[in-house]
Amino acid sequence: MSEMQEMIIDSTIKIMEKFSTKEVVNEAEQGQWAAELWNVLVEYGMTSVAIPEELGGSDGDYADAFSILRLAGKYSAPVPLAETFLANWLLSELGEYVTTEIMTISYSNNSNPLQFVKEDSGWIVMGKVKNVPWARFAEKLLIQGEAEEGSILALINLKHANIVKGHNLAGEARDEVVFNQVLMDDCKIFSVNSNQMADKIYYGGALTRAIMMAGALENIFELTVNYASERSQFGRPINRFQAVQHHLALLAGETAAANMAANCAVAAFQKASGNKEIALAKIRVNEAAGKASPIAHQVLAAIGFTYEHTLHHSTRRLWAWRDEFGTETDWEKIIAKDLLKLQQNQLWSLVTEVINEEKVEIK
Amino acid sequence: MKTLKIPVVELPKETEILRREVRQFIKEEKEKGAFIPKSDCWLSAVSLEFSKKLGSRGWIGMTWPVRYGGGGRSAIERYVVTEELLAAGAPVARHWIADRQSGPLFLKFGTEEQKNFFLPRIAKGECAFSIGLSEPDAGSDLAAIKTRAVKVEKGWVLNGSKTWTSGAHYADYMITLCRTCPQDSNNRHAGMSQLAVDLTSKGVTIRPIHLMTGEHHFNEVFFEDVFVPDEMVIGEVGNGWAQGMTELAYERSGPERFLSTYPLLNELTNRLIEDEDEEGLAKVSRLVSRLWTLRNMSLGIAQILEQGVPSNIIASLVKDIGTKFEQEIAETARLLVSVVPSIQSGSQLERLMAESILHSPGFTLRGGTTEILRGIVAKGVMQ
Repeated sequence: MSEMQEMIIDSTIKIMEKFSTKEVVNEAEQGQWAAELWNVLVEYGMTSVAIPEELGGSDGDYADAFSILRLAGKYSAPVPLAETFLANWLLSELGEYVTTEIMTISYSNNSNPLQFVKEDSGWIVMGKVKNVPWARFAEKLLIQGEAEEGSILALINLKHANIVKGHNLAGEARDEVVFNQVLMDDCKIFSVNSNQMADKIYYGGALTRAIMMAGALENIFELTVNYASERSQFGRPINRFQAVQHHLALLAGETAAANMAANCAVAAFQKASGNKEIALAKIRVNEAAGKASPIAHQVLAAIGFTYEHTLHHSTRRLWAWRDEFGTETDWEKIIAKDLLKLQQNQLWSLVTEVINEEKVEIK
Repeated sequence: MKTLKIPVVELPKETEILRREVRQFIKEEKEKGAFIPKSDCWLSAVSLEFSKKLGSRGWIGMTWPVRYGGGGRSAIERYVVTEELLAAGAPVARHWIADRQSGPLFLKFGTEEQKNFFLPRIAKGECAFSIGLSEPDAGSDLAAIKTRAVKVEKGWVLNGSKTWTSGAHYADYMITLCRTCPQDSNNRHAGMSQLAVDLTSKGVTIRPIHLMTGEHHFNEVFFEDVFVPDEMVIGEVGNGWAQGMTELAYERSGPERFLSTYPLLNELTNRLIEDEDEEGLAKVSRLVSRLWTLRNMSLGIAQILEQGVPSNIIASLVKDIGTKFEQEIAETARLLVSVVPSIQSGSQLERLMAESILHSPGFTLRGGTTEILRGIVAKGVMQ
């Protein structure tokens, strides 16, 4: 890890501890925008990491950005940092200058994409899309759609949309965004390859969730270990009981495995597309979420099951995020297609990424 | 609270050449009929000839200094060679313990004479070691050992017995943990020493204990007034416990802790590809995701161990998850292909499945039971 990245991590921890508190997270669930938190992140240039300065970004690389996102996950930061990163990265790849606006991005593989019609004074957009993260607070939405000339990527000002509020398991805003034949004179349209762009958003989104989950797992691990040392029953701290110790060990294992998987996927994404690694990581991190959350709740017992305690900030997010951008089954099907293309005895080449002549390229 | 950070290792480009060399060698050996892939090969596939071939290629004692017959290479290079051999199910059991544990023990604590004597022999694949730890009344509670050595002129007289000793029937020496002082109830770990016992010595009796498959792997070893010369004491008298513990992180986080049944996973995948069974391959994908994660954890630990970072907690954790994974491969495989597993079967898949199922109880016992490991992890993270 670079010195720069360590500094970024230190500052992010300070920001999160001050501005992503229990109260802020709870208020966000009640519909309050975490303005202070967002503004500080913007002020520190943390919403445009891994984008060159000449395009309005604050430089740094993807690993830096994901180290921030990991902490956003750990502290349940109720802001669209993942979405803003993704949207800004895609826009800067298209040569666009990025802003400090609050962004969101939608991945929908539904059969009814938004329809765009070109008019003299702008574009008319029609259709609706569900589960758009933080749409009610965001200023811009980056989304794929269809126009007469083919597949497009559109950057839309959300003031043109009707928002129907919705929530995921963690009470995070996942809104329905509705466009009723609105004429927009301020949207940007890019012509793109539909499948490639869909993959970019899907894989990128999965990586953001994987790393945020790795952070959330670390949080429940710390909460659980601390609770088990503070809580006494039968005259001793519960961490002295072997049954509880085994819970802690399993939780430690899942936390370490999820962090390893997510970090390896980030490293691969940094080098190239990292598609295979992202798929493998999302499976492993999802699995860890499913195993770790029940353990944490079992150890914290009744208090951890209450709104009063903060354990649910992370466990509910883990349960929500594991289903966003692909469940285990979704990703297993994708890997299975790659396995099907292997020759006999080639599985090991895929795992080690070395075959006798060249690298195994999948996807 | 201890953190569980494990670095991401990017394998240096040079290791690809080494990896291809190992693969080429394995391919040729298989074609010559020198071996057929076995599950749990690092414990149960013994071949002096194969070990010597590896030795002559420089693939035993790879990280040891050249002056002791080693290869002077990095831990990551050794990792590449060992994982290739394990994935191929190659017969590496004969030199495994000496290469992994006994050699490094001599390097760290041995005398110059011991290093000069033992290391070149081990590196050639000629000299095999076994580890004498468990006794009839000391299993997980290792500090309860009773085997004792009493000082005499120029050496020690050893009495007692060891059990569940892997490979004692072909090993040349045993690193024997024994008491050199009576047990101190205030410090149970004090007063133990490590002796390199020549298993051809007078007074040593080795009896087989057959595994439930009928294979001869375990032994009980009896010592009756066995004379062990002073030169065969490893490290300091009385420091045996601490010395033995230092190697545990290596022992617990290596690729053999999650690849024991890999040959079955490979064969299962082959079959599913042949059958174009996408649903089955989706189940395999879950295992591949776990394998990929475990391998990266294990590689990360290999790297930080080389830098001298204590890694006992994460190593124990990898062994816990890894050995469960080894067991799960067989449990997944049997549900995806309907076959009758049998050790005697001529079908590779059926035989590997049988080996994997019948060897599976050992995975979570050897080298520290799951229960002991979880205790170590839990106590470690609470500190």
